[in-house]
Amino acid sequence: MGDPLFAHGIDPWVFLIVAVKVIVAFVVLLVSVLLMIWFERKVISDMQSRIGPNRAGPWGILQTLADGVKLFFKEGLRPDGSDRRVFYLAPYLAVVPAFLIFTIIPIGGVVTIFGHTTELQVADPQIGILFLLAMSSVAVYALMLAGWASGSKYPLLGSVRATAQMVSYEAAMGLSTAAAVLITGSLSTRDIVESQNGSLYGFLPNWNVLRLGVVPFAIFFIAVTAEVNRPPFDLVEGEQELVGGFHTEYSSVRFALFFLAEFMNTITMSAIVVTLFFGGPDGPAPHVVRWLWPILWFAGKTIVFLYVYVWIRASLPRLRYDQLMDLGWKRLIPLSLFWLLVVAGMLIDSRWGFAVFGGGLVFGLMLYQALRVTRAGVEGPDATPAVGPGGDFGPGGGATF
Amino acid sequence: MGFFDGFRVTIRQVFEPRVTHQYPDEKRPKPPRFHGRHVLGRYEDGMEKCIGCELCAGVCPARCIYVRGADNPPDAPVSPGERFGFVYEINYLRCIHCDLCVEACPTEAITESKLFEFSFVDRQDAIYTKQELVVDDEGRPRHLPWEDWRPGDDAHTSGWMRATSPNGDAAFEGRVQWSAELGYGVRHPEAGQVGDRDDEATGNISIREVDAADIPHRYGGRYR
Repeated sequence: MGDPLFAHGIDPWVFLIVAVKVIVAFVVLLVSVLLMIWFERKVISDMQSRIGPNRAGPWGILQTLADGVKLFFKEGLRPDGSDRRVFYLAPYLAVVPAFLIFTIIPIGGVVTIFGHTTELQVADPQIGILFLLAMSSVAVYALMLAGWASGSKYPLLGSVRATAQMVSYEAAMGLSTAAAVLITGSLSTRDIVESQNGSLYGFLPNWNVLRLGVVPFAIFFIAVTAEVNRPPFDLVEGEQELVGGFHTEYSSVRFALFFLAEFMNTITMSAIVVTLFFGGPDGPAPHVVRWLWPILWFAGKTIVFLYVYVWIRASLPRLRYDQLMDLGWKRLIPLSLFWLLVVAGMLIDSRWGFAVFGGGLVFGLMLYQALRVTRAGVEGPDATPAVGPGGDFGPGGGATF
Repeated sequence: MGFFDGFRVTIRQVFEPRVTHQYPDEKRPKPPRFHGRHVLGRYEDGMEKCIGCELCAGVCPARCIYVRGADNPPDAPVSPGERFGFVYEINYLRCIHCDLCVEACPTEAITESKLFEFSFVDRQDAIYTKQELVVDDEGRPRHLPWEDWRPGDDAHTSGWMRATSPNGDAAFEGRVQWSAELGYGVRHPEAGQVGDRDDEATGNISIREVDAADIPHRYGGRYR
C-alpha cells in the first residue's frame, strides 16, 4: 500500500526525489499540452483536407510556442464591471486541478533511483480515484467563477451551462468509476492499474474495459468528454451563441491559462481513461530497458485516446442543451447505475449477476412502457404531432391547437 | 450504424490528397482575364495612349482615379493627337479592380496586368502616379520595390481588354480591333468559343486544367 518510497521514513533524498517527480511531471504536462494543441490542429486539418500549421518549425510543431509567446505579450484586459479578485483567481483555479489530477496517474512501473524504490507517479494517495472526482469538481468552480466574475452576460450564461453540465455528468462519471473501484477493491490508482495486469482467458488483456464489459468505459468516456467541455459537449463555449463562453472577457496570460487548463484536462482525462479501463502502463515488455516500456505503453494508449478526442471533435456536431441533459440524466446515469449493480452482483456470484441483469432489464422495459403509455395519454390516443418529422408542418398539423 | 457514418467521413479525408498550394513558395498560373494592378500602355513608337479624356475617372465606381488632361506640347508631343494625360493617379486603397476603366477607355490606354501582390506600408505608396503606371521602354510594367513578382508575371497585360469584342457585337468576337502595344505589337485575340486558338500567344490558361492536376481522378481530376 502506498508508495514504497516512504516506507523507511523521509530523508533528504526522498524529499529530493519527490521534488524531482513534481517538476518533471509539471514540465512533461506543459510540453505535452504544447504538442497536444499542435497535434489537434494537425489531425483536425487532416480530417478537413487541409494542411494545418506548417510554417513554424518542422511540420509546424513550434506553432503553439509561437502562439503562446504572442498571447503572453498581449494586453491583459479586465472589464469594469468585473470582480477583480475572483476574476484573477479563476484561471488558476482551472489550471491547478488540471495539473493535480495528473499527479495521481501511474505513468510507469516501479523503479529504483539512488537506492530508493519508488513508483513512477507523483503521488499515490489512498483516496486515489476520489481525488480525481474531487478535483474535477473543483474545476467547475473555475468556470463558474470566471463567468460570474466577468460581470458580463455571455460569460455568465456560459458558466451556468458549464456548472449544470459538469454537475450532471459527474454523477455518471462517478458511477462508472465506482465499477472499476468495485472490481479492484481499492481506490488507489496504482492498485487499479496493478489489478489489470495478467490476462483474461489466456489471450485477452485483463483490462477493466473487458472485465467490466464495455459499458462503464463507454459511459466514462462520454461523461469525461462532457466534463472537459470538449466537442460535442462544448456548449459552455458555444461560439455561435455565447461568443466564447466563460472566457469571453479574458485575454492575454489569463486566457492562455484557461486554454492550457482545457488541453491539460484533455490529456489528463485520456490518461485517466487509460488508467481505469486500459491497464495504464500494462503491456508486453521486452527485457531491454525494462523501466521504459510501461511508460511507452502508457503514452501510446493515451495518444490513441487523444486522437479519438480529436476525431470526435471533427465528426460530431454540438448537442442541443436539452439533448445534453437528456443524455446525461435519462440515459447515462440510469445505465451506469444499472451496470454498477450488475457488476456488484457478478462479484458475489454469477447467478446474482444474471439475476440483477434480468431484473434490471425487466424493470427498464416496464419503465419505458410506463413512460410511453403516459406520454400517449397526455397527447391523446390519436393526436397528430403538430410538428411532423423533420420539423415541417404536416397537413392539418396545426388543427390540434 | 448511421451514428458512426460521420466518423468514417472524417477519417477518410486523412487519406485524401491535399489540394492546398503552398502559396508564397509556389504560385499557380493566373486566369487570362485576371484583374491585377493597372498599367498605362504606349504605342509601338513610344507615344502614350492616354489622351486625358477622364472617362475612366468618370466611370470609376470607387472614385479612385484622378486624371487631368493637358494640350500636347507641339514640339515634343506625349501622345498622338491634341491632348495627353498630364496627371494620372490611381489610389489602390480604393480601387476595387472592377475594370470598368478598362472598358471605358477609348484608346485602350489603361489595362490591367496580372500583378496583385503589392503590399505597401505607406499610404503615399498606395497612390500610383504616371511614373509608376506607364509601361517602360520595353512595354513592361515598372517593378516597384514593394511588388512581389516572378519572371513572366508581367507578360500578358491587357487580357480583359481583349476578352470581348470592343463594340459588344458577338459577330466581332476574335477580331483584332485594338492598336499595337509597345514591345508586343498587335496582341492576339483571346481564344473564343470557335475558331483557331493560340493559347501560347494569348496566355490563355484554363484554371480547370491547372487544378485538375491536384484533384483525385475519381472526382474527375487527373491526380492518381
